[in-house]
Amino acid sequence: MAPAITLAAEAPKLSAANTGFMLICSALVLIMTPGLAFFYGGMVRVKSTLNMLMMSFISMGIITILWVLYGFSLAFGEHNGLIGWNSDWFGMGHVGLTALWPGYTIPVFVFMVFQMMFAIITPALISGALADRVKFSAWCLFITLWATIVYVPVAHWVWGADGWAFKLGVIDFAGGTAVHINAGAAALGVILVIGKRVGFKKDPMRPHSLPLVMLGAGLLWFGWFGFNAGSWLGNDDGVGALMFVNTQVATAAAMLAWLAYEKIRHGAFTTLGAASGAVAGLVAITPSGGAVSPLGAIAVGAIAGVACAAAVGLKFRFGYDDSLDVVGVHMVGGIIGSLLIGFFATGKGQSTATGVFYGDHTWTQLWKQCAGVGAVLAYSLIVSAVLAFLLDKTIGMRVTEDEEISGIDQAEHAESAYDFSGTGGGVLGSAAHAPALAAAQTRKVDA
Amino acid sequence: MKLITAVVKPHRLDEIKEALQAFGVHGLTVTEASGYGRQRGHTEVYRGAEYTVDLVPKIRIEVLAEDDDAEQLIEVIVKAARTGKIGDGKVWALPVDTAVRVRTGERGPDAL
Repeated sequence: MAPAITLAAEAPKLSAANTGFMLICSALVLIMTPGLAFFYGGMVRVKSTLNMLMMSFISMGIITILWVLYGFSLAFGEHNGLIGWNSDWFGMGHVGLTALWPGYTIPVFVFMVFQMMFAIITPALISGALADRVKFSAWCLFITLWATIVYVPVAHWVWGADGWAFKLGVIDFAGGTAVHINAGAAALGVILVIGKRVGFKKDPMRPHSLPLVMLGAGLLWFGWFGFNAGSWLGNDDGVGALMFVNTQVATAAAMLAWLAYEKIRHGAFTTLGAASGAVAGLVAITPSGGAVSPLGAIAVGAIAGVACAAAVGLKFRFGYDDSLDVVGVHMVGGIIGSLLIGFFATGKGQSTATGVFYGDHTWTQLWKQCAGVGAVLAYSLIVSAVLAFLLDKTIGMRVTEDEEISGIDQAEHAESAYDFSGTGGGVLGSAAHAPALAAAQTRKVDA
Repeated sequence: MKLITAVVKPHRLDEIKEALQAFGVHGLTVTEASGYGRQRGHTEVYRGAEYTVDLVPKIRIEVLAEDDDAEQLIEVIVKAARTGKIGDGKVWALPVDTAVRVRTGERGPDAL
């Protein structure tokens, strides 16, 4: 994230070009959330497709409202290094249309809505670890509380003008720490509390639709240009363009690296591997893309691709059920991208800080990155686990075992994703439903 | 009479149908089925997790035949179903006591 400090001697003026660019970037970031919904939705079994889609989609409702009401003020207001506040931004009621984000050429409204999209996708990322088994009501309450007590403070630490990590010099261009490590660590914390899916490691849990996964990964890749290139908040000095290029090359390198790894290790170039590798590359370049060169970005992507491919198997070894590998892809990818800044930062992008391979060849930046990564990881893991524990003890986090086995879509949403009655699979089923349908229609007429 | 049942690879259905028609068979029943023989399905890999898919898709074809035709019909089906690769399937025959054409009530060979 670009520094929120006024540097220019002359007060910046509203730039139509930067404002238009940032509105488009905000829309691009928004599409990542339905993209994520399909990425995850295709990876689950038929009986829980809708729940997986809904866990992402609902974030667009809940977090939008929360962000306008108080989230933005707490995350980006200036108060102290741990949390912010600005009463003018409460409900965004006292912000002028042309009031500029301090030090930049875009309105406060634009910065607020751009950041809103980040706040929306971050809790949605967590949902992949919880597939098939979490009550929808508990999920809604969880993301409301999590966004408030985890995401908002962490965003303030990393991106706020007076945030402690920002002032320390931790580099997190577009959210490797605040978004990906944060969500990945939260996912780990929650699954350690709520436990495994029924049948984990025994029943086959193959993805039901890899085409949906590919569609979702494609939308994520597309939207990620807004996520990353938009994070410089304008186009005046080329850093946003560097970020755009780095996003593309790191993602490509990570996809190729993941595929190479699994061809050697498992004997096939899989579709899921291509999609997962791309996402791992996007995650890893998110914190680092403003600081490294395109060659550095290739290295970041390739390292992340191999490391994340190796990491996703850990859940079977350690026995925790991270259903769709949020820890293996987002937490591990985020950590790798954040730490590699300490090696590959050239000093010519978003800041003059250099990594071990450049400048004075010092380890200073690497230690700063370690501090940021460690603090966010520990805070998110612990608070998320406590939050899940409290919710589990009060309203209950999980659906019943029967509901989980018969399918969370039916239990929680009273719907099913697909109608198989026309494909020979449901002749008896559709006949059995006919009287119920007729009864429902009768009631409607009576009303 | 005999009931001939063949569980074979789905993509051989057209060849088998044509061969049976050429032989003079008037009717048959086809059902989607799944199962495995000695080869035990195949392996799929998702993010490094290997799944053994035991039950592979098959089709089950059932034909009623007169005793004299049965042996030849089995040969026709086997020839049309064979690819020479593993998983080509099985064909077997069972004796049938009675067969009735529902529309007319005809019985025995007349019902075929």
